[in-house]
Amino acid sequence: MSAAGHGHGDTAAHDHADHLNEEAHGSRKGYWAGFALSVVLTAIPFWLVITRPLTAQATAMIIMGFAAVQMIVHMIFFLHMNRRAEGGWSMMALLFTIVVVVISLSGSLWVMYHMNENMMPAMDMSQAG
Amino acid sequence: MSGMAGMNRELFHLPEEPHHPEGSSTMLGFWMYLMSDCLIFAMLFATYGVLGTSYAGGPGPRELFDLPLVALNTSMLLFSSITYGFAMLSMTERRQGAMLAWLAVTGLFGLAFLSIELYEFAHLIHEGAVPQRSAFLSSFFTLVGTHGLHVLFGTIWLVVLMVQVRLKGLIPANCRRLMCLSLFWHFLDVIWIGVFTFVYLMGMLR
Repeated sequence: MSAAGHGHGDTAAHDHADHLNEEAHGSRKGYWAGFALSVVLTAIPFWLVITRPLTAQATAMIIMGFAAVQMIVHMIFFLHMNRRAEGGWSMMALLFTIVVVVISLSGSLWVMYHMNENMMPAMDMSQAG
Repeated sequence: MSGMAGMNRELFHLPEEPHHPEGSSTMLGFWMYLMSDCLIFAMLFATYGVLGTSYAGGPGPRELFDLPLVALNTSMLLFSSITYGFAMLSMTERRQGAMLAWLAVTGLFGLAFLSIELYEFAHLIHEGAVPQRSAFLSSFFTLVGTHGLHVLFGTIWLVVLMVQVRLKGLIPANCRRLMCLSLFWHFLDVIWIGVFTFVYLMGMLR
């Protein structure tokens, strides 16, 4: 809190601007690190699905895990997300969006799966009758 | 207590509007737009998740998808991400020529991605796997097509910005626009991670 209070000072404002610049554009090292990580995180799922060394269920779990990690890698190294960007509002908007996305995705899949499960026998019975 | 209240009133009723430099809220506003775009994609993913197994007796993912082609497409987007990153680094170093060159490379990778996707779509349609064939194909074309349209508009935006920078140089307004496109471009990459994982890779496992 005290740092925010001194934000009007010349040095603090300058530091802040430098800091923002660095954070908004990243560094060459950061981009290479993000690129190397995403190549690995993309190649392994493709390799797992093409050569199929594991069962379908295990493969599905692993590639979903890799996708989640790769999304976080892109957020950090390419989109330069952090808790301080835009005074924390970017992160707030992102967290809110993630909550809505998780609710709508899992809700749709859950409700529609059970609807299909419960509809099928009724339809069979109507065909039989 | 009354002293505190008086101070608060002063804080809430400022004699003058606080001064914000022009465009200082653009980046946050653009981020909000991206988050709402994210919700559009979430709905399309949910639709695909619900309808993705309704083949209506038509072809399924196993018969249709060509994983090496998808891997090639994914690498195009990945390369375009790092070249856009290099363009942004050149922008901070104020090297306009290098920045324009990196933007051109990024645009070419974007065009390569679009060409491969159009080739894939044309191949599917040629095999009779048209959007109206089954609910699976309708939701597939809607989700992947919407992402492709985003990449197309991103590429057009990129060309427009290259012209802008050519005409007016690296003025603050142009730098701001380039940063918005940077967010847009990398955001599309994040969406593509979801597409290749949930549509193509998971489809091949079914």
